[in-house]
Amino acid sequence: MIEYLTGILMVLGSLFCLVAALGVIRLPDTLTRMHAVTKAGTLGAGLVVLAHAFFYQQTGISLRAGFIIALLLFTAPVAAHLIARASYRSGVPLSGRTRVDELNKK
Amino acid sequence: MPLLLLNIAFAAVFTLLLGSGSIGVFLSGFALGYVVLWVSGPLYPETGYFKKLPKTLNLAAYFFMELVISSLQVAWDVITPKHINRPGIIGVPLTARTDLEIFLVANLLSLTPGTLSVDLSEDKKTLYVHVMFLEDIDTTRKEIKNGLERRILEVMRS
Repeated sequence: MIEYLTGILMVLGSLFCLVAALGVIRLPDTLTRMHAVTKAGTLGAGLVVLAHAFFYQQTGISLRAGFIIALLLFTAPVAAHLIARASYRSGVPLSGRTRVDELNKK
Repeated sequence: MPLLLLNIAFAAVFTLLLGSGSIGVFLSGFALGYVVLWVSGPLYPETGYFKKLPKTLNLAAYFFMELVISSLQVAWDVITPKHINRPGIIGVPLTARTDLEIFLVANLLSLTPGTLSVDLSEDKKTLYVHVMFLEDIDTTRKEIKNGLERRILEVMRS
């Protein structure tokens, strides 16, 4: 039973990581790419770590898994925010599909 | 928040007494300690702890649900050949005032549905958010304010 759960979590997590990597190539501009990296990436890595915690079921490993997930959740948005801000301020062009840019009007 | 510390201490004592020391035991100790504290609630008239904890759990549940939805949405746009994204940067007026509140709103927003905080205005009153699937500007703005920001402020201010 626990093997199935671990397997499902592992495959899902890897798929999300793959999607994040593909997103960096496929999406049109820096800001949309950051969406793929922060969201799909965090969820993907989080699921893989969670799979480990379920598989071993030891306090040390579960604690470490919890901390890794917490660190992912703390660092990913900060990094994404800084990269987005830096790219916007240095004038990296937005994708042609962008509808509004209220930051520009300011 | 001394009641939270007390509750954690209860859980730690419970874990030590049982001597098994797994996460499950610690969590059940925490739940038991919470019930004990709740029963003795009249002893601590001015605490907001009993309102804060359910709201924190509510925020956490909402957040993880949104994280999954947003990831699926972004994943769909990446793997299907036709792009469905309609990105845009909108300014969201903030009700959050202190640095901690703004930090939480901006960071949790970066992790929820197709939104990424890009910049904060100089006066700290407007957060500029990059939205990946922008249908209607005002609806999106309202969703951010009523969904995530309201829940965070409920936790911080209760």
